[in-house]
Amino acid sequence: MGMRKVAIVGAGITKFVRRAQETGKELSWQASKMALDSCGITLDDVDMVTLGTAPDAFDGVHMKGEYLADGAGAHRKPYMRHYVGGGTGVFSPIHGWMHVASGMADICLVVAEEKMSSCHPHPQGAFLTIFDHTTEQPLKPTLIWIFALEMNRYMQTYGISKADIARVSVKNKHNALDHPSAQVAEEITVEDVLASETLCWPVNRLDISPASDGAAAVVLASERVARRLTDKPIWIDGVGMSIDSAYWATRDLSYPRYVETAARMAYDMAGIKEPAKEIHIAEPYDPFDYKELHHMEGLMLCPRGEAARLTAEGYTARDGNLPICPSGGALGVGNPIAATGLMKVIEIFLQLRGEAGKRQVPGKPTCGLAQAWGDLMQMGTVIVLRS
Amino acid sequence: MKLEDCKLGGTHLKSSDFEKCKVLTTEWTPNLGYAWDNGVAIGRYLAELKEGKIIARICHECHRIMLPPRMFCELCFRPTDEWTYVEDTGVVNTFSIARVNWDASRRGPKEPPLIPAVIEIDGATKGMGILHMLGEIGPDDVKIGMKVRAVWKKPEDRTGAITDILYFKPVRAAASKKAAAGRKR
Amino acid sequence: MVKRVAIVGIGTTGFRPITPDVSYRELIFEAARKAYTDAGIEPSEVDGFIAAAEDFIEGYSICDEYCPDQIGAVLKPTHTIAGDFIQALAAGYMMIMTGAFKTVTVESHSKASNIKNVDEVLGFAFDPVYNRPLRETPHAIAGLEMTRYMFETCTSSEQCAKVVVKNKGNAMRNPYAAFGADISEKDVMNSEPISLPLHRLDIAPHADGAVVAVLADGDTALALTDAPIWIEGLGWCTDTPTLEMRDWGEAAYARIAAEMAYKMAGIADPVGMIDFAEICDEYSFKELQHMEALKLCRPGEAAHLLESGATSFTGRLPINVSGGALGVGHLFEASGAHKILELVEQLRGHAGARQIPDVNIGLAQVWRGVPTATGAVAILSNM
Repeated sequence: MGMRKVAIVGAGITKFVRRAQETGKELSWQASKMALDSCGITLDDVDMVTLGTAPDAFDGVHMKGEYLADGAGAHRKPYMRHYVGGGTGVFSPIHGWMHVASGMADICLVVAEEKMSSCHPHPQGAFLTIFDHTTEQPLKPTLIWIFALEMNRYMQTYGISKADIARVSVKNKHNALDHPSAQVAEEITVEDVLASETLCWPVNRLDISPASDGAAAVVLASERVARRLTDKPIWIDGVGMSIDSAYWATRDLSYPRYVETAARMAYDMAGIKEPAKEIHIAEPYDPFDYKELHHMEGLMLCPRGEAARLTAEGYTARDGNLPICPSGGALGVGNPIAATGLMKVIEIFLQLRGEAGKRQVPGKPTCGLAQAWGDLMQMGTVIVLRS
Repeated sequence: MKLEDCKLGGTHLKSSDFEKCKVLTTEWTPNLGYAWDNGVAIGRYLAELKEGKIIARICHECHRIMLPPRMFCELCFRPTDEWTYVEDTGVVNTFSIARVNWDASRRGPKEPPLIPAVIEIDGATKGMGILHMLGEIGPDDVKIGMKVRAVWKKPEDRTGAITDILYFKPVRAAASKKAAAGRKR
Repeated sequence: MVKRVAIVGIGTTGFRPITPDVSYRELIFEAARKAYTDAGIEPSEVDGFIAAAEDFIEGYSICDEYCPDQIGAVLKPTHTIAGDFIQALAAGYMMIMTGAFKTVTVESHSKASNIKNVDEVLGFAFDPVYNRPLRETPHAIAGLEMTRYMFETCTSSEQCAKVVVKNKGNAMRNPYAAFGADISEKDVMNSEPISLPLHRLDIAPHADGAVVAVLADGDTALALTDAPIWIEGLGWCTDTPTLEMRDWGEAAYARIAAEMAYKMAGIADPVGMIDFAEICDEYSFKELQHMEALKLCRPGEAAHLLESGATSFTGRLPINVSGGALGVGHLFEASGAHKILELVEQLRGHAGARQIPDVNIGLAQVWRGVPTATGAVAILSNM
């Protein structure tokens, strides 16, 4: 295609915590500075900046991209804020890729931030206003409802039990024990998940990722610059995104076809024909445990309805055939939404460089994928990375 | 680089840090207000709800009978063509038993759980669902695929809102057959 | 390699103070349908979609979720920019320049009339710790800037009022404009003092409306139309969000964005090359301040240029012949969209009663409003 190659050359991340002392600006700065330091550059070397964060109601600031600008290193630079709901974090490096692949920038700093704790009494309150203001909000919905509705439909369609799904939470919280940013890493059992408080059946407390504060950043560079900055550039070989209609209640809730559409776009660009074989490691979005399974199927990493069985067989464990969420995912590391997506991209970056420390998966993976999902169960974003 | 070797930002605060005033906070309650124009499609939808009826729009290109109604077809990308009434009965596509309110507060021990559901409305194209609540049914008795019927507010209490339907309640098998027979357009 | 990107279709609803007859979805659909018909393609053939929108203007959290249906983006690569339409245009330009997308739709709209308390929303953009507790209104911040600008450039309030007279007069020729009027400098000076030196008529009133544009790479553009409008230059910049650190007299964000756009377009002499400009006049003085930042005149000269008639409809550098925000209405994230619309109509020769003869290169510039120091510039040509 003759497209300009784009590499990730540096990364930074904060701890994910329930309530950070730092402001959103400061978290953004901590992640950005770490990312710049990791590849030995300064802000002067950065041509452009793009920031992912959403929604404004979390931080409690209108136009929060403007508010966060200086923390994200955007001072007097070309700077944009993009968002696609919960899919934002994985879209962020895709947006940075556009900056570099287009030839507009040689070095683009990509930052993702979320400070959910500012929203009181609970960030869930901000989610009321994601629903249609006329036909849905009067029913006082919570975000957990629509997850519960989707999870119930998914379970019913494929005959999957709550215990099958709970294994994802057990696996990811275990994996997160090795992640220095982790907020809710712990050894738990399937019984613990099933015995945890029922919020909206079939969703229990331990089926859900926590609300978090945190930020992450990566540095993207054109091929020429990347080779100068590092011996181990990680290439962005495929990107994909897709949004389904906002009429979510009309959707087949048992299968995320928007994730499939996004994945097909990314696979086409990366020349991937058989994703289940060619992808060695994946970080699908797991804000709820069933979502990891749902997304594995949408990503065509396994046949529909099979993800739960593969999880039970250990196929998706860190030492399994296809490690899924070796970072610990949103369920274990925490879920500052946009920052979580970028955390997943950073995990693949580190794994492909062989720098994931105790989290390193065996077998020297060379091709990995990160995926996020968002809005009214309608947005899929996918990025394929290769070493 | 290895994360393990880096000093990571992000300082966790505990509840006690606030109670002991170790950290100061600034509070702000925004006074935001909106008055959204309903427009043609949703305006008519709400007006019909006030009359105790559910109305949909038809696209003559893809032949979908769409609910909620819309003045353009998002798939064919053309104006929709005509109005049609649909039933106030439907089938439960999926449901949840919610013990949590919209702001994440828990429902009290004496409050029954809420039962939100996606309901595929009879007369609309298969799969055309809306979000609403189920009532007059215990949490253990709800099933995917069950037939339900709208329970309306009294005419004088209706305001032209989605809440003019109080909830949907189960339809007994006999009643369901009768409704199906009377649905010939 | 993609070499050029063009606007191949554009559609609008026009702009009105209120639009109670249609929902935001219906409003946008009208503009989108017109844009696709204008471009001669269907949205099913379009490769990418971008909306420009902000949550608290829409009254939704993650309002991007409601963008696909009315622009034909269902199951398509779509994203939202929390920024002005011209920033979204830049994102669309970059998407096409990657080589992975041949056509991209860019949408923005305003339903400002649905916001009950705009000042409260804008105040919610202030730094929550340093600035909000002072309860400054957005217009007061603009007043601070106006005072400093007038001080540094020896410009008077009366001269700023002349911007209002010119732009509202221009809007009388523009059927899309909501606030055209035949007024005098005295009317402006006698209007209600809001936050002096700002009077009521110095401030652009809000309007509703939608604009949708379709972009294409050079080859696709030439296959679709005989009259593509080429994107020659783009620049966007964010200065400090901290009010206390700001350069109050000069619009640095506009200067830096313009330098970027001129460099990209290969324009060394803006005054000689730019035929006409649509620049941000959300407050009267902003037009003058921005003219200087864009190097369309030297610092302190803007008011004199205005008084000489050079920036009038028949002048040598017409500015805001559409009526600008003062005449058309302020459109939030769609502000830049209205300016791009005007450039396209002028460069196509479709601007009717307000057509400027023989124009080839136009400049559009936008500022994101109080309390931001963010702006963008686009340079379009018909050659």
